Amino acid sequence: MPVLLLLLVAVVFAVQAVRSGSLLASALWLAGVSALTATVLYLFGAAQLAVIELSVGTGLVTVLFVLAINIAGDDPLTPHPLVPKGLAAGCCLLVAGVVAWMALSSASAAAGTFRAADLPLAQMLWQRRGLDMLLQVVLIFSGVLGMLGLLSERRSPLDGGLAEEVAEGRDRDLQRLENQLHEKPEAGQ
Amino acid sequence: MNLSPLSVALVGAAGLLGAGFYGLLISRNLIKIVLALQILAKAALLALVAAGQAAGSIALGQSLALTVLVADTLVAVVGIALGVQVRRRTGTLDVRELSRLKG
Repeated sequence: MPVLLLLLVAVVFAVQAVRSGSLLASALWLAGVSALTATVLYLFGAAQLAVIELSVGTGLVTVLFVLAINIAGDDPLTPHPLVPKGLAAGCCLLVAGVVAWMALSSASAAAGTFRAADLPLAQMLWQRRGLDMLLQVVLIFSGVLGMLGLLSERRSPLDGGLAEEVAEGRDRDLQRLENQLHEKPEAGQ
Repeated sequence: MNLSPLSVALVGAAGLLGAGFYGLLISRNLIKIVLALQILAKAALLALVAAGQAAGSIALGQSLALTVLVADTLVAVVGIALGVQVRRRTGTLDVRELSRLKG
């Protein structure tokens, strides 16, 4: 019963996150969804994952969203959505209903038919799912490199003070050439 | 009506899935689209852990969900960085305007 209540609140928070008129408020609603999801994960016995979800999903991702909103501005652009809101809500309710019905029917049919070996998480991660761990390492490195590449400022070598210095030198050279050109005809006369 | 923990988690995951899809359909802001993707990933996370618990191996569910969590966080980080860069270069985060831009 507590799980059902927490999940209902999480769904309400999620709907608020997508309907909110402010991006900052949306990020905070999303942090609430993450915190509630972490609590549900803990209640299901996935304590390690709950801690990671709480620190990464609620902490890091929210901080990144707030940082991005601070840089890009808080304009949610929702007055004219791509799909009419009523149609979108109807489609999503239909999809959620069908998914829930399919999941419940398959869950009741498969209950008790599949039993996986219960191992400690560390053994499961490093021995049984070693390839997943390798994939995660690759993903983290590529993500960090991608983020650094996207956020880095590409500056021209002639930006700033150096560009001004070069421009001044060019102007001086042009002025000197012009003076020489004026002086030569006078010398000829 | 007596719902098992797996059924409760799956209904909750379906609810989060619906909310995430709704966000994807109505949002025009690039940052808000990334936010809706985050909600979809939370639904997947929940379903994986619930399935692991129902199968009697919570560690298996956790290890699979951890991979989803890492991938989801990277999608958020790269999406946010992309959004900031798009805003700097084009002055807008509106996906409708971005699809009209050429060259």
